[in-house]
Amino acid sequence: MRITVRLFASLREAAGRSQLEMDVAPGATLASVGAAVTRVLGLDPRLLDGARPAVNLEYAGYDDVLREGDEVAFIPPVAGG
Amino acid sequence: MVRITEEPIDLTAAVNEVSHAGAGAVVTFLGVVRDHSAGRAVEYLQYEAYVPMAERELAKIADEARARWGARVAVVHRIGRVAAGEASVAIAVATPHRAEAFDACRFVIDTLKQTVPIWKREFGPDGSTWL
Repeated sequence: MRITVRLFASLREAAGRSQLEMDVAPGATLASVGAAVTRVLGLDPRLLDGARPAVNLEYAGYDDVLREGDEVAFIPPVAGG
Repeated sequence: MVRITEEPIDLTAAVNEVSHAGAGAVVTFLGVVRDHSAGRAVEYLQYEAYVPMAERELAKIADEARARWGARVAVVHRIGRVAAGEASVAIAVATPHRAEAFDACRFVIDTLKQTVPIWKREFGPDGSTWL
C-alpha cells in the first residue's frame, strides 16, 4: 500500500525533508511505519518517543492499522500560541 | 472562523468576525513574542504548522467553545517569522455576557497550546532552539 508520511519541526530537521512516500504491507500499523521511517531516514529513534501519530489529519494510536493512500504524520510535542 | 496566516495579525478583523447584536461582551487575547525566554534573549520565533490539521483542530476548539459557552470564536495564528513584540496568535470571543466570554477565551488558548499542530523555533543572539 502506498502512504505519505509528513514530518515537521524537529523531525523534519533531523530527516532533512518534510515528506516521504512509502510502500507498506497491508495491515501495517503506525508503530511499524514509525519504525520504518526511523530506519529509512537514519533517525534517532528517541525523536519519535514524544511524537503523537496522526492519520488523515486526525490524531491516532500507534496500534491503528493503515489503509491505501493514508496521509500519516508524527506530531512532535506541539508549541503553538 | 479559524485561520492560519503568514500575514501580521489583524485583531480588528477578528473582533468584527465575532461581533453580533446579541453579544454584550467581546473578549480578545493576543499571544505576543517575548524578548526573553528561560534566560535567553529572543529576537524572533519561526512558527511552523501542519496547516490542514491545525485548521481542523482549531475548528474543533471553536465548536466546543460554542457548545459550552454559546460563544462565537475567531482564531488567527501566524506562521513564519514573528519578531519579539509582534503577535503570533489572536483570539476573539463574543457572548451575551462577559463571564462566558472570559471563560471561553481562556479555554481556547489553553486548548490550542495542547492540541494544535503548530511548532516554534526560537532565534536569539546565541543561536536557535525548538520550544
